[in-house]
This record gives sequence, C-alpha cells and structure tokens, in this order.
Amino acid sequence: MKVAIVKYNAGNIYSVVHALKRLGVDPVLTDDEAELRSADKVLFPGQGEASQAMSYLRAHGLDRVICSLTQPVLGICIGQQLMCRHSEEGDTDCLGIFPVEVFRFRPKRHEEKVPHMGWNELKCTELVSPLHLPASFVYFVHSFYVPVCEFTTAVTDYILPFSAALHRDNFYATQFHPEKSGAVGEQILRNFLSL
Amino acid sequence: MLAKRIIPCLDVKDGQTVKGTNFVHLRHAGDPVELGRAYCEQGADELVFLDITASHEGRKTFTDMVSRVAEAVNIPFTVGGGVGALADVDRLLSAGADKVSVNSAALRRPDLIDEITTHYGSQVCVVAIDARQEEDGTWICYLNGGRIPTERSLFEWAHEAQERGAGEILFTSMNHDGVKTGFANDALRQLSDTLSIPIIASGGAGEKEHFRDVFLQGRADAALAASVFHFGEIKIPELKKYLRTEGINIRL
Repeated sequence: MKVAIVKYNAGNIYSVVHALKRLGVDPVLTDDEAELRSADKVLFPGQGEASQAMSYLRAHGLDRVICSLTQPVLGICIGQQLMCRHSEEGDTDCLGIFPVEVFRFRPKRHEEKVPHMGWNELKCTELVSPLHLPASFVYFVHSFYVPVCEFTTAVTDYILPFSAALHRDNFYATQFHPEKSGAVGEQILRNFLSL
Repeated sequence: MLAKRIIPCLDVKDGQTVKGTNFVHLRHAGDPVELGRAYCEQGADELVFLDITASHEGRKTFTDMVSRVAEAVNIPFTVGGGVGALADVDRLLSAGADKVSVNSAALRRPDLIDEITTHYGSQVCVVAIDARQEEDGTWICYLNGGRIPTERSLFEWAHEAQERGAGEILFTSMNHDGVKTGFANDALRQLSDTLSIPIIASGGAGEKEHFRDVFLQGRADAALAASVFHFGEIKIPELKKYLRTEGINIRL
C-alpha cells in the first residue's frame, strides 16, 4: 500500500511518520501532484498557522490537488481546520471540503485554558464514522475549533461541544492527534489504512 | 472534560536512566526508550526526559535517544536539560520531541522564550522553574538545578514566562522535592489561579493521596514524579483508578 503525506509548511509531521512506521507502513512525504494522486491513502497532518499554511498550499497548487483527491484522505489537527471553508485564524479562506467555519476558543471561566491541550473524551454522533471512532480519551493540542455540524462524527466538550472528527465522502478529519493518542489512536490510524 | 495528566520523569545521563529502577520485567531497565514504552503501556499520559549530561558527546547521545523515543512511543513527550539556544530546540524537535522544556537559560535570558514560541508555537515551550520557599515565606527561583539562587520571585517569573508565550509551566518545589510528603499545593494553587496556561506540579509525590491533593487543592493540570514510579512504590494503573474513585477526571 502506498501512503502519502502532504508536504507543506506546517511543522512536526515526524510523529505521523513514526506512527505509520509502527503500523508497518513506510509513507512518502511529498508535494508532487502525481505522487499524491497515485497514493492509496493520503494524510494531511500538521501544526501551524492557517493563513501561512494556505498561502503555501496555494502557491504550490496543493489546494486544488487536495480538494480533487478521490482516495481516502485524513486531515489531522490543522489539517482538519484547513479542510473547512474559512478560519478565524488570520481571517483565512481555506479548502472548503467541509462547508463550515473555524473559530477561536473563547474561554468563559478561568479554568478553561487555551490552547486546549491534553487528553479529552470522544462522544460519537449519529453519523457513524467508517474510522470506528471509540468513546475514548484522545490527545488534543489546539486553540481553534470546528463547531458541531452535519459532518461531525465525534464531539468533544471543551468550553463548548466541538467537532473532534469529520467525515464527508472520501475526506476524513480529526482535530485530535491519533499519532499521539496511544493504542486508541493507533487503532484509528489502522482503521483509516484499511478503508 | 479535559483529563488531569500523570507524567513520569526520566533523568538521562549518557543514554541511560540515572536513578535505579525496579521494573523487574524489563531486560534493560536503564534504557530510557524501553522504560518510556513501559510507562506508555501502563497508562502514563505524557513522558518527560531530562538530559543531565554535561558533555558535548552526551548531548549527541541524548539526541539519538530522543529519535528512538519518537519511534517507539505513541504518547506526547517533552525533553529538556541544558537547552540554551534556539538551535537546541530545533535539534530536539527535529529528533521528534513534542515539547521542549527550558529552565536556567530562559531565566538568564528571557528572550529565549519569545524566540522559541515565535518559531515553533507556544505549545512546544514548557518553562521549567525550580523554586524554594525561603524562611520569610517568599518563593525564589533558582538556577542550575537548584544550586544558584536568584532575585526572581516564582510568581513574577511564571507570569512573565506566560506573557512571553510559554505554553506550560513545570514548577518544581525544592522544599518538597525528594521529601515525599506531598506537593507544594499552596504555591501551585496560587500559580493556577493567577495564570491562564497549564501548570505541571513536580516535587513531593510519595503517596497516591498526594496526587489527589495536588489536583483538588493545588489545582494542577498535571502531576510529575520520578522515583515513586521508577521504584514501583506507586503503580500508574492503580494510581489512576484511585484518582477516578476520588472523582478526578483521569484517562483510563
């Protein structure tokens, strides 16, 4: 199986590479259109800032490529946010695969610290994900969130209920980091690879 | 609800964990990678690896170890010890660490925090503070692993670190460290109530009840310990079950 990771300017994709290797997959890290199109699965992970990431994706034509991929695609963390229509971060127009807005967390109480960092619980929605998301703790690090919408497959409660995972057609996304979520996260990645 | 975190800390010198351990099932208990993986399987929420090597060769060995940890471990981990410049942060993140902790170098040159967070984001920058409560009741920051006192107050420095972009504060009470009579809950509570970033409590763990107290009284977001875990005095699965029964939100 050929697994490609989208190469762009959102850092720290090492943990995704290592996680895939632990599952016996040696991914290619690429920004080449033909390479991405020929992969069986594509991962779109990353940490970073939305406007800079989108500028880079547009400058390299990757916005068009990602949106038109037909194999299973998994966006992780900022990957999920970039797959939405627009982000409050840097007032950025994003890829629009999920027609929803991304907002910054606004704490209402002192205990609600931002970024939302650590282990929090998934609650599955009626829209069952082919990733078989369990009602377990997974690891988050983020300051922006996707509201609950018709594409939400798992909800997490922090300050307010938000989309921990999304699914539409061949596009999957998680706000949490499956590659850092222990055995539970490993199983979610395995489920993605066997789609 | 966000879970409180339990974090074992491993001191590493020349590629080996320093404090003895009695992980009887490990063939190489001194191997930080194998020990880290064992903690992972026991349910640790994060790991911290501190480089206590002074030499240049030791630094390289530590970086190699960070790479091997990144390959082996599927939970987040922080590395620190001797991080003095942005180049050190770059080296450790490139090796696969999720977060880097800075201590004395940031106290000597606070701009280091701004540099790290501008380049890599707040979430990678843990500011570690060693502080001691003096006889007059004030908390003073110390340099070089608690050897050199400074003029800085714990609360003032923690606040400045937050303003400069630190993602978390790792506070070690020198009064409580190694004594095993509980964490510095009053100081922790003051930190937690005045700062808006997560606080990791360190120093003083001896009993399971101390972890309950540090979360309920100290309002810490995470609790770090070394020897009680290494020597098996407290086992992480039992600790986490206990904390759950005490009503604390814990990942099981």
